[in-house]
Amino acid sequence: MATTVHEPPKSENRNFPSIGHSGNGGWAPADGTLRAVEDYSPPPSSSAIWVGVAAICMSFAAFTSALIVREGSSTDWRHFALPSMLYVDTLVLLASSVTLEIGRRRVAAFMAGSRSEEASPARWLYVTLFLGLVFVVGQYVAWMQLKAQGLYLATNPSSSFFYVLTAAHALHVLGGLGGLVRAIRKLSESALRRSTLNATSYYWHFMGVLWLYLLLLLWTKL
Amino acid sequence: MHDMSAHAAPHHAPPEGFIKNHVFSLDHKVIGKQYYTLALVAVFIGMVLSWFMRIHLAWTNAAIPGLQLLSPAGAPNGLMTPEYYLELMTMHGTIMVFFVLTTAPFAGFGNYFLPIQVGAEDMPFPHFNMMSFWITLTAFCVLISAFFVGDGPPLAGWTAYAPLSAVGSIAGPGEGTGQVLWATAIGIFCIGQLLGSLNFISTVLDMRTKGMTLMRLPITAWAWFITSCIGLTAFAVLLPACILLILDHVAGTSFFIASGLVVNDKLLPHSGGSTLLWQHLFWFFGHPEVYIAIVPGMGIVTHVLITNMRRPMLSIKAILYSMWALAFLSYMVYGHHMFVSGMNPFSSLAFSFPTLLITIPSTVVVLIWIGSLYGSKLRINAASLFALGFISMFVSGGVSGFFLAQPSIDIMLHATYFVVGHFHMVMGVAALFGIFSGTYFWFPKMTGHMMNETWGKVHFWLTFIGTYAIFMPFHYLGMAGNVRRYSAFTDDYLVPLIPVHKFITIAALCTGAVQLIFIFNLIYSRFKGPKAPDNPWECTSLEWTMPSPPPWNNFGGKDPIVYHDAYQYGIEGSSGDYVMQDSHEQIQTVRDEK
Repeated sequence: MATTVHEPPKSENRNFPSIGHSGNGGWAPADGTLRAVEDYSPPPSSSAIWVGVAAICMSFAAFTSALIVREGSSTDWRHFALPSMLYVDTLVLLASSVTLEIGRRRVAAFMAGSRSEEASPARWLYVTLFLGLVFVVGQYVAWMQLKAQGLYLATNPSSSFFYVLTAAHALHVLGGLGGLVRAIRKLSESALRRSTLNATSYYWHFMGVLWLYLLLLLWTKL
Repeated sequence: MHDMSAHAAPHHAPPEGFIKNHVFSLDHKVIGKQYYTLALVAVFIGMVLSWFMRIHLAWTNAAIPGLQLLSPAGAPNGLMTPEYYLELMTMHGTIMVFFVLTTAPFAGFGNYFLPIQVGAEDMPFPHFNMMSFWITLTAFCVLISAFFVGDGPPLAGWTAYAPLSAVGSIAGPGEGTGQVLWATAIGIFCIGQLLGSLNFISTVLDMRTKGMTLMRLPITAWAWFITSCIGLTAFAVLLPACILLILDHVAGTSFFIASGLVVNDKLLPHSGGSTLLWQHLFWFFGHPEVYIAIVPGMGIVTHVLITNMRRPMLSIKAILYSMWALAFLSYMVYGHHMFVSGMNPFSSLAFSFPTLLITIPSTVVVLIWIGSLYGSKLRINAASLFALGFISMFVSGGVSGFFLAQPSIDIMLHATYFVVGHFHMVMGVAALFGIFSGTYFWFPKMTGHMMNETWGKVHFWLTFIGTYAIFMPFHYLGMAGNVRRYSAFTDDYLVPLIPVHKFITIAALCTGAVQLIFIFNLIYSRFKGPKAPDNPWECTSLEWTMPSPPPWNNFGGKDPIVYHDAYQYGIEGSSGDYVMQDSHEQIQTVRDEK
């Protein structure tokens, strides 16, 4: 356990290995250099988006398991045809992912100094925003279509899950729209970080993937 | 001695004015203190509620002066009704589990020290962080408001088992508005904790300073990171469960309410719901919650013990990997709470095996603590005493878990005071001892003043003896067949056990009163305590490199550079027998020299 401490190296340019090894068993590096690393952390929001995605996945996994257990726990489960509006909405959401990806590249080109994007770098972000709003309105129309069939929230467990799952997803989409608005505002203030726009895009694409999953679940179970 | 590199830009501007400094602050340190204060208020309320329950259990026909003011219907003339007993029990459990055991060790200390320990100026999302606290406070207010609604607070227990928690006011007092408020409060709480967990995880992954590799993180930072991983996945499941429960209440859905249920002579219109579904969703959160409460305490205890032993643990990595194992296994054992709920017997077996398995990492951690303490010259102070107390409580409460992990024994002990004693010791008191240890340890850094050590030690010994006096007899009561959740034992086979209940009640009242020593020490030291040096405990982690209390931007606008592991003790450094993490002193072991 006893150790000695030496003076720090006199050299200004310390040799920082790229990976630090740690643990009580290896206090002193074999080459006599001090252990610090240069590449220590990625941009602040690069991990957070995936952490958020993980949490949302867990929530929808909980809803899914509840649906499966509830369907199997009784014979009162009633099947019905999904509102046709859902399929239109699916196309709208997928299209919004495409427009956002175009927008992200245009903004990146604008930030890199491309003159062709100077007029309105946020144009495609606005298109995405519009499509996102159309999706949410479309979900409302789908609820009205279901209501017209006489299927309300408490009519049957299957309709309960339909409203709960689509509403939960729509709320998350609204959150994504909020992120888009923030990104557009930051862009107009010339304060948008690439990592922020990337995180917003990943979230939006995830909303699309999540919707495809939910549509498949609703289609097979309801 | 301390090495710094230039910092790119401040994370947020220096706060100005009282509101931005102390109320709606973006500073992780202020938010940490806000969480800690919330936990203090919550633990006081929760403790007083437990006093009411204990007095009623021991002296059933005695009026509790003033209780009628809290609930004229629940306690007419101060005499507690059975329903009100259950309401107090529900609120006690909910407040303690969510707003004390989750809030103080994880959100309180974690918020304050995690960014500093990784060498960051703040968390990556300060606004989310601030929102997280205010959302949690809102949840607390919503829960407390249940005391003052028409039919009183909920009475379905902190586990809110359906269908009682789902059918509404037809089931009796507390099951209408009170239960909806409970589910709403917990749902809101989940959102706050999810935001907090997101910040914690991102802080560790993205905000570490130069040289701070993952394996150089102090064990406390690892504990908060692991806890936030558990919280992220557990609260994300409880939130949907609360939404479904609220819908059963207010929208007439049938997620958790079965067909043909007759309550108070009335046939309910619900059909086909699954009562077991609630239990599955709840306990998928509920058992990991145990580790949300205890893992930060494990980190604090390890950190405090190493500092006071002046030498590293036998294997800090084994402790780290064991904490990860606990986190992973915590999701595979939840079914042991449902052994008597009508699960398939094979399911019981499937849940019993990992329940026994999870004792292995717990045992590894305890053995490393004890093995490392063996032969060490431990500095005895209030922080290290409470760390030892944590180990004692964790072992004592954990041993009874072996019995409960066996379905055949659990069938007999289920819903008895044996279970109450088990989880209060292993989860409640052990975690509280971790909070106390952390408080005595970090108070100088948080306030710039030292706490009184003598009173700290008195506080420890009286609390240590008191908590054993309260919770060890619970095991005896359970083995004697004393069921829990009964509000009185007046005319049945449990009457001979009333003297034990009286002993426990007196112990609870005395131990509660002892906490006044802690509160007085806390407040007095905050204003009149001796000024704290920057590093009073000669600790190595980064929080001790800065003034006490730290400036708003932690490292003065610069990033520290880390060269060493978190625990360089038992060596000959220029400042003593330790070397700080950011010191660029070259360390070489005698073994290497040879």
